[in-house]
Amino acid sequence: MLRPKEGFMQPTLPSRREFLKQGSGVIIGALVFSSGPIALLAPSKVWALELGALDEATGKALLKFARHLYPHDTMEDAVYAMVVKALDKDAADGSVKKLLVEGVASLDRAAGGDWIAKSPDRQLVAVKALEGTPFFAKVRGTCVVALYDNPLAYAHFGYEGSSWDKGGYLHRGFNDLNWLPDPPTDASPRLSRAGA
Amino acid sequence: MATYETSDESVVVVIGSGAGGGTLANELCQKGAPVVLLEAGKRQSTATYVNDEWASFGQLAWTDKRTTSGTWRVARDFPNLPAWTCKTVGGTTTHWAGASLRFQRNEFRALTTYGRIEGANLLDWPLNYEELAPYYDKAEDKLGVTRTHDIAGLPGNNNFKVFYSGAKKLGYRNVHTGRMAINSKPRKGRLGCMQIGFCFQGCKSGAKWSTLYADIPEAEATGRLDLRPESFVTRIEHDDAGKVSGVVYFDKDGKEQRQKARVVCVACNSIETARLLLNSQSPQHPNGLANSSGQVGRNYQRHMTGSVYGIFDKPVHMWRGTTMAGIVTDESGNNPKRGFTGGYEMETLSLGLPFMAAFLNPGAWGREFTSAMDGYANMAGMWLVGEDMPQETNRVTLHPTEKDRFGMPIPNVHFDDHPNDVAMRAHAYRQGKAIYEAAGAKRTILTPPYPSTHNLGTARMAAKARDGVCNKWGQTFDVANLFVSDGSVFATGGSENPTLTIVTLAIRQADYITDQLSKQTL
Ligand SMILES: Cc1cc2nc3c(=O)[nH]c(=O)nc-3n(C[C@H](O)[C@H](O)[C@H](O)COP(=O)(O)OP(=O)(O)OC[C@H]3O[C@@H](n4cnc5c(N)ncnc54)[C@H](O)[C@@H]3O)c2cc1C
Ligand code: SF4
Repeated sequence: MLRPKEGFMQPTLPSRREFLKQGSGVIIGALVFSSGPIALLAPSKVWALELGALDEATGKALLKFARHLYPHDTMEDAVYAMVVKALDKDAADGSVKKLLVEGVASLDRAAGGDWIAKSPDRQLVAVKALEGTPFFAKVRGTCVVALYDNPLAYAHFGYEGSSWDKGGYLHRGFNDLNWLPDPPTDASPRLSRAGA
Repeated sequence: MATYETSDESVVVVIGSGAGGGTLANELCQKGAPVVLLEAGKRQSTATYVNDEWASFGQLAWTDKRTTSGTWRVARDFPNLPAWTCKTVGGTTTHWAGASLRFQRNEFRALTTYGRIEGANLLDWPLNYEELAPYYDKAEDKLGVTRTHDIAGLPGNNNFKVFYSGAKKLGYRNVHTGRMAINSKPRKGRLGCMQIGFCFQGCKSGAKWSTLYADIPEAEATGRLDLRPESFVTRIEHDDAGKVSGVVYFDKDGKEQRQKARVVCVACNSIETARLLLNSQSPQHPNGLANSSGQVGRNYQRHMTGSVYGIFDKPVHMWRGTTMAGIVTDESGNNPKRGFTGGYEMETLSLGLPFMAAFLNPGAWGREFTSAMDGYANMAGMWLVGEDMPQETNRVTLHPTEKDRFGMPIPNVHFDDHPNDVAMRAHAYRQGKAIYEAAGAKRTILTPPYPSTHNLGTARMAAKARDGVCNKWGQTFDVANLFVSDGSVFATGGSENPTLTIVTLAIRQADYITDQLSKQTL
C-alpha cells in the first residue's frame, strides 16, 4: 500500500507506440472531458495502459468495478486506470492474480452472465453482492489509495500537491480566502515582515 | 560526534531519538554526560523529506506489524496500524504538527479534581504545575513556541479563517492561530514558516521544531553524542545487584550488539517502551523489567480524538499553509455540566487528497463517500483532542506467538473507549459541526479517530510504587539506573497535545540524572 510516487504524466499516459511493443493485455481509452483539467495535462487525448500480468478483459472489468466503488462521474477513466495499474502490479504475485481473475468471474456469476455488458444498475447489484469477500476488500483497499494518489487525481480535485519546490504558499495564497472577513490580528497576526 | 566502545560502562544509553529521547540526549550532552543514542530508524534530513503523503509515510513512519484488540474503531479500520508514529532519527517530531500547549494546573491532579470514576484508573501526578513551570519555560524557548517568549503568532491560513469565523459566530472567545513550535520568523538557526503545508511529512524549511535538526546537531557539537541510527534495541539487561548493565540491539547489518551502560533511558514512544520493558523480563523481573507493580503496558491512553470536516460553497484550499495552526480552547476546562469529565481542544487540521481518501471514513465506498471527496477543494477541517480515561485493561502486551525479524514478540494494543470518552467525543463532534455550520457549511462530516498519534501512560509515574512504574523523575521504582523518558510516564493525559510536556519532563530529567551522576548515586 505504500508506494513512492512515479514521475509525472509519462508513466500514466504511455504513448500508443509504446504499448504496441510488448505486454499481455492493454487497455486503450480516450479522454472524455476535452476541456477538463486532465486534458490540459495530457499530451494526447488517447491513453493506453499496458498490462503485465492481467489480460485486457480482466483489466477492463476491474476498471469498471473501481468506477462503481468510487464513482466520480466527471473523472476520466484514465484516473481509474491507475487502480488497474496498481492491481496489475500486485498481480505479478500469482495468488493476487488468481484472486482478481476469480473475483471477476464471480462478478459474472453474480450478474448471471457477462457482468460488464449489464446495465450500470445491475452491475452495481453484483458489486454489492461481493462486499465482504477478499476480492472486494483487495480492490477497494487498492482503489482508495491508488485512485487519489496520482497527479491526474490531484488535477481533478484541484489539490496542488508538492509545494516546497514552489516556495510553499507564503506568497501563493495560503490566506487568499476572501469570502469571509479576515480575523483580527491578535488572533491571526499579519505576516511577519522579517518573514522566511 | 563521539564514538564509545560497546564495553564502555560509563555511558548513558538513551533509546529512541524523538521528542523525549532526542531532547534528553542533548540536555545530557550539554551538561557533560557521555551519551549513546540508539535509534531504530534511519537518518533523513530536510533535503530528503518529500511533499507526498504516502511516500513520506513510507520514508518515516513506524510500519512494523502490530496487532490490535478491543472495541475501538481503529482495531477494525487499521488492525495492524494502531498508532501513527515514526521510526527515524528525530522520531515522531518529524511528522508532528507542532501544537505546543501546557497542561492546566488541575490536570496534574485528575483524581482529586474529578473524583473516582467507574472503570477509570485515575491518579494524581506525583508532581505539580509549579514544579514544572520553570521547565515549561525552557521547553517553550527551546521549541520556539509562538505566543510565548515574545514570539509572534503565525498568520492564519484559509483553513483558520473558516474555523475562526464559525467559532466566533458560535460565541467561542479563545480562538487564535495556536501555540506552535513553528517559527513565525527565523529563530535559533531555523528558518521561518514558508506555509508549505506538509507539516505531517517533515518540514522542509526546518521552521517546525524537530530533534532531528535542532537538538541532535546541538548534541553532536558537544562531541559527547554517539548517535547510532538503524539500531533496534530488543532487551535491557541487568546485573545480579539488580541494576541495569546494558542493552542488546541489532545494528544496521542485522548483527547483534551489546552496549554496556551506567544508566539506561527508554524513550521509544509508549507502545514500544512498554514492549521493550516487557520483553526484558528475567528471573528477577518475571513480569517484565521494572514491573513489580504490574502497571507496565497498562493505562494506555491515546486521547479522545475525532475530526470534523465542513464543505462550503466556495473554495477553501485548506492544504495551503500550516497543517494545525488554529485552536479553540474554550472547551478544555473541566465542566461536568456538559455530561462528561475533563476537556478537549479543537484544532485546525488539513489532510492532503491521498490521506483524506484514506481517513475520511475508512472502509467506506460509494456515492456518500465520493460526493464528500468531490468537495475536497471547498473543505475546511478540524481535529478534536481531549483527555481520555486511563483504564488498566487498555494495555500493550506481547503477542503470544508472532515475532518480528529479530525474534522479539510484536506488541498487541488493546483499547476500549470509556463511556466518558464516548460522551466527550459526541459533544466535541456536535460543537465542531456547529462551528462549520455557523460559518456556512452545506455539509459536515464526522471522521472517526485515526491511528493514535498521542500514545501515553504505559509506564506511568506515581507517588507510590504500587500505583505506577516510575517516580516523579521518570526513574523506575524497581531499578534505580533505569529511566523512562517519553509520554509513557504520563499518569493522565490532559486535554493538550502531549509533546511540550514530554520535552519539559525530559529537560527536568536531565537535570536530575546529571545531579545523581555527580553524587555517585547511579
Ligand atoms: C501526524 C502527527 C501529528 C502530531 N502532532 C502533534 C502536535 O501538534 N502536538 C503534539 O504535542 N504532539 C503531536 N504529535 C505527537 C508527537 O509526535 C509525539 O507525542 C512525540 O513525538 C512523542 O515523543 P516520544 O519521544 O515519546 O516518541 P517518538 O518521537 O515517536 O520517538 C520514539 C523513537 O524511538 C524509536 N524506537 C522505538 N523503539 C525502539 C527500539 N526498540 N530501539 C531503538 N529505537 C526505538 C523510534 O524509532 C522513534 O524514533 C503528532 C504525531 C503525529 C504522528
Ligand atoms: S507549513 Fe510551515 S511548518 Fe509546516 S511544513 Fe510548511 S514551513 Fe514547515
